[in-house]
Amino acid sequence: MTCLPGHTEKKLGLAIDLDTCVGCHACVTACKGWNDQGYGVPLTDQDAYGADPSGVFLNRVHSYQVQPETGAAQVINFPRSCLHCEDAPCVTVCPTGASYKRVEDGIVLVNESDCIGCGLCAWACPYGAREMDAEAGVMKKCTLCVDRIYNENLPEEDREPACVRTCPTGARHFGDFADPDSKVSQLAAKRGGFDLMPDMGTKPTNKYLAPRPKDRRNEASLLAPLLDIEATGFAGWLDRVLGKI
Amino acid sequence: MAQPKIDTSPKVSDEVRQTTCYMCACRCGINVHLKSGKVSYIEGNRAHPVNKGVLCAKGASGIRQVNAPSRLRAPLRRVGPRGSGAFEEISWDEALGLAVEWLGPLRDTAPEKLAFFTGRDQSQSLTSFWAQNYGTPNYAAHGGFCSVNMAAGGIYTVGGAFWEFGQPDWERTKMFVLFGVAEDHDSNPIKMGLGRLKARGAKVVGVNPIRSGYNAVADDWFGVTPGADGLLILSLIHCLLAAGKVDLDYLARFTNAPLLVRSDEGAEKGLFLRDADGKALVMSGGALVPFDRAGVRPDLGAVYEGHRTVFQHMAERYLSPDYAPEAVAARVGIDASRIRALAADLARVAFDEAIEIAQPWVDFRGDRHDKMIGRPVSFHAMRGISAHSNGFQTARALHLLQVVLGTVETPGGYRFKPPYPKPAEAHPAPHCKVTPGKPLDGPHLGYPRGPEHLCLDASGNPARIDKAFSWENPLSAHGVMHMVIANAHAGDPYKIDTLFLYMANMAWNSSMNTAQVMEMLTDKGEDGEYVIPRIIYSDAYASEMVAYADLILPDTTYLERHDCISLLDRPISEPDAAGDSIRWPVIEPDRDVRGFQSVLIDLGARLGLPGFVTPEGAPLYRDYGDYITNHQRRPGVGPLMGFRGDGSEEGRGAPNPDQLQRYIDNGAFYQAHVPEGADFYKPWNKAYQDWAVKIGLYDAPQPYLFSIYSEPMRKFQLAAEGFGTRQPPEAARARLKQAMDPLPVWYAPFGDDAASYPVHALTQRPMAMYHSWGSQNAWLRQIHGYNPLYVPTKIWQANGFAEGDWAKVTSPNGEIVVPVAHMAALNEHTVWTWNAIGKRKGTWGLDPDAPEATKGFLLNHLISELLPAKGDGMRWSNSDPVTGQAAWFDLRVRIEKVDAPTQAQPVFPALDLKGVQV
Amino acid sequence: MHPAPSVIIFSVLSGLGFGFMAFMALGFLPLTGMWAFWAWGVGYALAVGGLIASTTHLGNPQRALKAFSQWRSSWLSREGWAAVLALFALAPIALGDWLGFGVPFVWRGLAAALALITVFCTAMIYTQIKAVPRWHHWLTPVMFMAFALAGGALLAMQAALAFVLLLALAVVMLVLFYTGDRQFARAGQTMGTATGLGLRGEVSVFEQPHTGGNYLLREMIFVVARKHAQKLRVIAVLFAAVLPALMAAVGGLGLMLAAVPVHLVGAFAARWLFFAEAEHVVGLYYGKRQGVLR
Ligand SMILES: Nc1nc2c(c(=O)[nH]1)N[C@H]1C(S)=C(S)[C@@H](COP(=O)(O)OP(=O)(O)OC[C@H]3O[C@@H](n4cnc5c(=O)[nH]c(N)nc54)[C@H](O)[C@@H]3O)O[C@H]1N2
Ligand SMILES: Nc1nc2c(c(=O)[nH]1)N[C@H]1C(S)=C(S)[C@@H](COP(=O)(O)OP(=O)(O)OC[C@H]3O[C@@H](n4cnc5c(=O)[nH]c(N)nc54)[C@H](O)[C@@H]3O)O[C@H]1N2
Ligand code: SF4
Ligand code: SF4
Ligand code: SF4
Ligand code: SF4
Ligand code: SF4
Ligand SMILES: [Mo]
Repeated sequence: MTCLPGHTEKKLGLAIDLDTCVGCHACVTACKGWNDQGYGVPLTDQDAYGADPSGVFLNRVHSYQVQPETGAAQVINFPRSCLHCEDAPCVTVCPTGASYKRVEDGIVLVNESDCIGCGLCAWACPYGAREMDAEAGVMKKCTLCVDRIYNENLPEEDREPACVRTCPTGARHFGDFADPDSKVSQLAAKRGGFDLMPDMGTKPTNKYLAPRPKDRRNEASLLAPLLDIEATGFAGWLDRVLGKI
Repeated sequence: MAQPKIDTSPKVSDEVRQTTCYMCACRCGINVHLKSGKVSYIEGNRAHPVNKGVLCAKGASGIRQVNAPSRLRAPLRRVGPRGSGAFEEISWDEALGLAVEWLGPLRDTAPEKLAFFTGRDQSQSLTSFWAQNYGTPNYAAHGGFCSVNMAAGGIYTVGGAFWEFGQPDWERTKMFVLFGVAEDHDSNPIKMGLGRLKARGAKVVGVNPIRSGYNAVADDWFGVTPGADGLLILSLIHCLLAAGKVDLDYLARFTNAPLLVRSDEGAEKGLFLRDADGKALVMSGGALVPFDRAGVRPDLGAVYEGHRTVFQHMAERYLSPDYAPEAVAARVGIDASRIRALAADLARVAFDEAIEIAQPWVDFRGDRHDKMIGRPVSFHAMRGISAHSNGFQTARALHLLQVVLGTVETPGGYRFKPPYPKPAEAHPAPHCKVTPGKPLDGPHLGYPRGPEHLCLDASGNPARIDKAFSWENPLSAHGVMHMVIANAHAGDPYKIDTLFLYMANMAWNSSMNTAQVMEMLTDKGEDGEYVIPRIIYSDAYASEMVAYADLILPDTTYLERHDCISLLDRPISEPDAAGDSIRWPVIEPDRDVRGFQSVLIDLGARLGLPGFVTPEGAPLYRDYGDYITNHQRRPGVGPLMGFRGDGSEEGRGAPNPDQLQRYIDNGAFYQAHVPEGADFYKPWNKAYQDWAVKIGLYDAPQPYLFSIYSEPMRKFQLAAEGFGTRQPPEAARARLKQAMDPLPVWYAPFGDDAASYPVHALTQRPMAMYHSWGSQNAWLRQIHGYNPLYVPTKIWQANGFAEGDWAKVTSPNGEIVVPVAHMAALNEHTVWTWNAIGKRKGTWGLDPDAPEATKGFLLNHLISELLPAKGDGMRWSNSDPVTGQAAWFDLRVRIEKVDAPTQAQPVFPALDLKGVQV
Repeated sequence: MHPAPSVIIFSVLSGLGFGFMAFMALGFLPLTGMWAFWAWGVGYALAVGGLIASTTHLGNPQRALKAFSQWRSSWLSREGWAAVLALFALAPIALGDWLGFGVPFVWRGLAAALALITVFCTAMIYTQIKAVPRWHHWLTPVMFMAFALAGGALLAMQAALAFVLLLALAVVMLVLFYTGDRQFARAGQTMGTATGLGLRGEVSVFEQPHTGGNYLLREMIFVVARKHAQKLRVIAVLFAAVLPALMAAVGGLGLMLAAVPVHLVGAFAARWLFFAEAEHVVGLYYGKRQGVLR
């Protein structure tokens, strides 16, 4: 399955709004919680209560500072998970076929029972979207919650990724980028959705929505005092404000 | 090779049980999925009014809280010295027997010698009821070290504050200004609200020395200098007044702006002019009339026999050039032009972008209004303002800003949540009269209306161990928890026998001066006995505090017990609905632990406390579930408002034995919806007032005017000026006069030794951690396993810091050595770190070498509970002089680069708590 | 990239083994009988030992056979096939040399080619990784081939050839160090492009997404101190190429034999650096660039 499908019927993915993400990590633990008991083996932790804890997460939230040429520095929170690339290098490098991109919806998955845990796909992914499970020795990655989005045991409204469902600010949007009318396509078009490292040639499906410009100088006119209070005194101001002159 | 076939519809779980989250006080609804009787997955409840399906990082990892290895296993009796962690497990009968042995005789002789303080409480209505019936005046919850400034500032000004009191009209607001919030109690609603504003493209403004989290998404950021917000806000008011951009109609009708302030010298100077019935008077159409008469059109500009209106006093004060942006800019740390621009923005949105709802309503005077005018600017604030020694007045200033803009309870502005609005007058006053063997004379906590309500003994000394409601902090509406241990240790105002704590990690992150507090807890008198003789503590986990108690009553986790989020306490209302909710045992504990509320009820029965036993002396309630169902505070009004009587009654009604099951079936919550037309202008809206009476929030309508000018505060000022029978000690007069100014003022935070300690030091809550207890969560501790001290660019460069460096941070109270990191988006005089990540070695089920204990640190070691001695020789507590709120954020430090030590300093010996946890 | 011993041992030893066997297949070391047995034994031991070492790198080595399935797209799969085919193709030659029967030269040529193709495939596993700019360069297979050939020639006791090839290796190594140091910058990826925030200003890390460790930090974000790397580079070039070249120039069985371990020391150092100095672009997300941070 290592060859990429020439075409996928849908391009399911996420639009992540960097203008709205407050960096709360809710999507991080919601993802861990769902996937710990969902598709594939659990996402294990090592030395969980020890001096050097570590574990597998399919979604991580970074926080960057950006110093513009003038003005105050900004902080931008930045969730990072699999982008379900169209030209996914993680898939083509896989020797076993465990990594594949689904024809019907473009989701990139690992078939864990075929995975030998060679780690090559993680090397090939420019985005750090794959983490090997140290216990099971298989590669874990965002499944786009493939076991939720079609899950007939879930109510219709819950058939969306766990991270999207939990995001308190609504900064994560799920949908089909192949459909230009979908919410995610519209958002990407309207809000300058961009690709990460486009030169890597991976053609990510997920889009990041740009932060809106910040700290704009006030364009509105400043408040003009009613009159020169120092000259006219408080009584003058009072008369004026209460409409007595 | 064909693409593998996968099961895209796996069964999610065997069963879903709906209850309420508890990794913070936000109280989101959760769906707990169970597989083979074990929790397998937790997600948000979409139908729940608080979170509508979303969960935060803590809520979504609740499974790791419930399975944490740090969970306590069984009741414990201390066998080694305090602080050693040596305990023996005992049975519940032994534990409760011991407690009765200690507390029974005490009640009959000196009930005040029990100090019962609860921390991260969500059951104050029960715990206070218990303490009141026990008869001790020494009860409070954690509000005093948390955010009482915000709560009391709001209650005394508009009859509500933020979070459980009220929130922005997220649906309609067009400009939202956030003062000093990193996370807040209203965690998910604020995030959801911000998300809605962002989706609409509405403007978000952040005022905060630190630009992270919510402030990172703000469109405009004002990196205010800590402690200076009051000045900034009053300067905004200055600009608005000077430009005449205030809502005069609103001020005249709904606030005390038109009330006449007496100008005659004497004991009533500065109080309102009142008629014989005590009704405050206004001028209307040239006549002096009670303010609430039908047809009254109060005149803001009136003068009557030299008595001028509040409006004039207010305007005159804030129009002073002292509040001009140019005059405050340097102190506030924001350019004058930006302050003016912010004022202009506020005015533009409030007045030029006003909205209207075609909804007629009738006000308390009987005047009919054919529409609701909205001023779509809104605000929110919490501890950034609260946790300073000028926080009460700053909170008042913020409410004043909202009021002059006419946004409170108007569409697009700030909206109360039932049972609020509720002004100070509608709350009880504090009580402290002790009668051995009998209940206290009334509820402990409340809102004093004047010196007559202070809790003082016959000789004028504080009646409470925490000195709440004393001259030191007259309006300490939530008590002063951070002073309890220090005062009990000092025997000031008196010695106590038993300290009973619930859910507060007072030996670590909720204490100031942590190292010394640990000493106070272990200090022995000349008789070889501990200075604080007995300590009972209820925790669910192996926290630092556990090691310092003599008797441990181990609690369950939040999924294993009943809890009640009640309208009698801190409910989960929305502006459009009163709401309450429960927790219930969705799983059974696998250890010998019991829900603390049930234990307290059991203890109450064993002690024979009124309210807990039948006339025959038998236990009145089986457990907390039984209490929730059957307890009645007033006839027909109990802990839960939903499904009363036969199940159809709301608010009032007889106890319903099926009530808990009905809640469970309803997703663990209940809502009573505010009727249409009653949803805005609540303090004055007849329709709302009548509804509130109907569902039992009040017993009679209680419309009121917003207090721009606070008469209760003026009464304390009068006392300080020498009037009245209750007189403050000389040393307190000057401070009271300044602090109890009836109009919002700004003064520099106390303890400001700028010369030797030029840098402000703050903490912020990490969104993915709850105080000390997130660290036992295997997932969350991978996100925040240690905390650096964030340093602004200027200080970073001046010290030649590089990544990986460490610094010595010194305050008047001590020094710490900690890792540093650079942050550019930071007020240039401020350093900060995440709160409560640092852990004592050996606690929380963690390896003693856990990064929390080797690199993590607390700022608390640097914060003193007492201010340095001033000219008067007194060491005032490091608190707001009005409310006693702990001034965590007044901390100032000096910082210098040092060689990296092997561990963050100071290092305390490891506690050995292995034996007490699962 | 994490310099995992298993992968270093694998690529060094199997490269050397296949290089050596290519020379033997082509008849450069005309041994017979037990001498042939031992020589081929060394070749097989190096190649197979390397391959076995590589499987210890796997999370699930018991499924290793599955790795043969994706030869159409995966260089790792191709490498597996090439290695197996080469080992099979070389077997009759080895047997022939040992037991003294002849194998047609075409076969010998084919087997040698397969051996070198295996090395090439190994190299391509790294070269194809665009996310590791230092590797993603045509010089990477050249370097692997140069190691295989120079080391092979050395083992095959071809003093003159080894001398030339080792000097060529030295040049390749130096050029690779030079170009490699510039590859990351040439690839053009920065924190700005990684986050898409570059046009707004200078991007730096405010807070890491986790204080705990993870696979990415261990596997892809190995940071080696620059000073340390410089020393190792000198050792690598000296030991892998310059010293053995000089020894080969002097010649003689003893020196030639002694040159092999010298070369191996250098080869291991070089391969350690090949990994340790290679930066994965994911490091950009963590603000971790080699030499930039300790
Ligand atoms: N995730 C999580 N949620 C929590 C908690 C938790 O521990 N974790 N704790 C709960 C509790 S008990 C509380 S009290 C609330 C508190 O919730 P918050 O009010 O959000 O409290 P802090 O995190 O202390 O944030 C204080 C903020 O005020 C800013 N600040 C400090 N001084 C000033 C100042 O002078 N002016 C201004 N404008 N800003 C200032 C700080 O930079 C910081 O952003 O959170 C509750 N929610
Ligand atoms: N430097 C600095 N210090 C601060 C602050 C700050 O901003 N800066 N903030 C202050 C504020 S606002 C607050 S509110 C305090 C908070 O400080 P604390 O009230 O001490 O809060 P926690 O650390 O959450 O400790 C609560 C205790 O409750 C226990 N607990 C958890 N769950 C349960 C349960 O279900 N049952 C029982 N019985 N116990 C349980 C925990 O194990 C823990 O020991 O910290 C204060 N300290
Ligand atoms: S849950 Fe939403 S707001 Fe929170 S970190 Fe994830 S994307 Fe950002
Ligand atoms: S983000 Fe990485 S793992 Fe995901 S499809 Fe793209 S290359 Fe593969
Ligand atoms: S780790 Fe598994 S999925 Fe990744 S390349 Fe190797 S076999 Fe394929
Ligand atoms: S889509 Fe699912 S698997 Fe992917 S990051 Fe979100 S929660 Fe995790
Ligand atoms: S905000 Fe988070 S921790 Fe608090 S109640 Fe809601 S989900 Fe639980
Ligand atoms: Mo708090």
